[in-house]
Amino acid sequence: MELYSLTIHEIAKKIKSKEVTIREVLDSVYSRIDSLENKVNAYINLTKEYAYISADKLQKKLDAGEDIGFLGGVPIAIKDNMCIKDVKTTCGSRMLENFVAPYDATVIERLELAGAIIIGKTNMDEFAMGSSTESSYFKKTVNPWDITKVPGGSSGGSAASVSCDMAFAALGSDTGGSIRQPASYCSTVGLKPTYGLVSRFGLVAFASSLDQIGPFTKDVTDMAIMLNAIVGHDEKDTTSVNLDKIDYTKYLINDAKNITIGIPREFLKEGLNPDVKEAFDIAIDKLIKLGAKVIDVNLDYIKYSLATYYIIATAEASSNLGRYDGIKYGYRTDKFDNLLDIYKKSRTEGFGEEVKRRIMLGTYVLSSGYYDAYYKKAQKVRTLIINDFKRVFEECDIIALPTAPNTAFKMGEKNLNPLEMYLEDIYTVPVNIAGLPGISVPCGFCHFNMPIGLQFISSAFEEEKLLQLAYTYEQNTEFHKMKPNI
Amino acid sequence: MSITREEIKHIANLSRINVSDSELDMYAETLSNIVGMANEINRLNTDDVKPTAHILESVNVFRKDEVKPSYSREKILVNAPTKESGCISLPKVVE
Repeated sequence: MELYSLTIHEIAKKIKSKEVTIREVLDSVYSRIDSLENKVNAYINLTKEYAYISADKLQKKLDAGEDIGFLGGVPIAIKDNMCIKDVKTTCGSRMLENFVAPYDATVIERLELAGAIIIGKTNMDEFAMGSSTESSYFKKTVNPWDITKVPGGSSGGSAASVSCDMAFAALGSDTGGSIRQPASYCSTVGLKPTYGLVSRFGLVAFASSLDQIGPFTKDVTDMAIMLNAIVGHDEKDTTSVNLDKIDYTKYLINDAKNITIGIPREFLKEGLNPDVKEAFDIAIDKLIKLGAKVIDVNLDYIKYSLATYYIIATAEASSNLGRYDGIKYGYRTDKFDNLLDIYKKSRTEGFGEEVKRRIMLGTYVLSSGYYDAYYKKAQKVRTLIINDFKRVFEECDIIALPTAPNTAFKMGEKNLNPLEMYLEDIYTVPVNIAGLPGISVPCGFCHFNMPIGLQFISSAFEEEKLLQLAYTYEQNTEFHKMKPNI
Repeated sequence: MSITREEIKHIANLSRINVSDSELDMYAETLSNIVGMANEINRLNTDDVKPTAHILESVNVFRKDEVKPSYSREKILVNAPTKESGCISLPKVVE
């Protein structure tokens, strides 16, 4: 078996026991990238030189008998909207094509503290706005399970790289489903943590009350390990919470007894692909056999999530992206007449169509005459959705839903109609609106062999419950072991 | 609910984005569709509901006011489109 195909927990052990050197591990994963990247297009930029320097430093420490951390020598990919000092952070946009980050995001510091080696920056929808990774200014990432299909988005490069062993794990960001939906499309595990659990310092902002960083991994054990590395309070992010650190690997318990799962059946009728529905039903049966108690629950306002999301997310985006003015950093137009002209031309030339659409939509819902009808109204409906979840979590521990209503679609298929693309997030956006954690785990394949994801949602800061149920499901199924034939 | 070409021009200006004549119809159509979908929420009565801006209960988080080194001028200027004498330079904007 090739080194690149192992999991974090397997490779970290081999490195520590000196069965393999860190250089051998890096060689293996970079040779995998070399052989597949021209097909998959998962990466915007590789950080090879820096990776080998880190590898040699870590190996020296290891050989001297020092501790290299629980991720010691493990190669990890990072979505290109997280800053790494002295490395380009493009956000998939022409606007930031040449932006070199002056500092590390907190998650990068934490990963490196645990011994991880950053191997490259992955492709994404421009400014994380999209569900297919097609809106990247640089390239289109394909789905390793079928190269005519999208990997999902916006963290499509991260999902694709992990699914075909071009990284042992990757970080993504999730504003409305951008980790869980591509995880589902590419058959990896993907977790969006509770809002505030992971510092957003150094993450390029899209919608600040919804954004959260989280990992893509090959299995649930690796997810617990990655989570251990990145969580924790950070004074540089005032929305990061100060909780006692827990060891998530302690909750990798193969037991679903005493777990009550709620299913909002009303929400599973319209627009759900029959293959996805069937895989979901089989997964729930499996969990019942494993001892979980399953009940029906009603989330009355969840159907308003998508509307609420597209108002709040675009409003916040229009404000956050106001900083790209062509003055201090980022793209500046060549020819201009005056200051206003610099702003307008730089933004018009620097942003792609979907980003402009969302900036304009956000500007519209915040503009005089529409603020109350849209933005304020959406904030009120947000309260109703949050209360709905709180009520339901008095009856059950976990809510189960499909991650996405469909399997990966053809490239170009949903580009002409943004609304159709938005509908792929129908099961993921409610989680961001309520700030809850959600995990997607592989749960099967459709009749033409594209992966399907199963989503678990819990109360805020109960990631350990998600991990336990996901682990139990995984240990009693084989889907996570399937790899794309690419 | 439909957003007119004129409204798109107005929003584009507020957004500091130029929209060409040929793009006006496309944006008018797609934005109208999205706003049409978003209008669903106006069916709900929310008179007694408090708006949520943020899911955390924290307000006004302060850190200690300590002097710490900041980023170096060179590092920040690396990203400036044009610079001069250690500053970001701009065309003259005030006559």
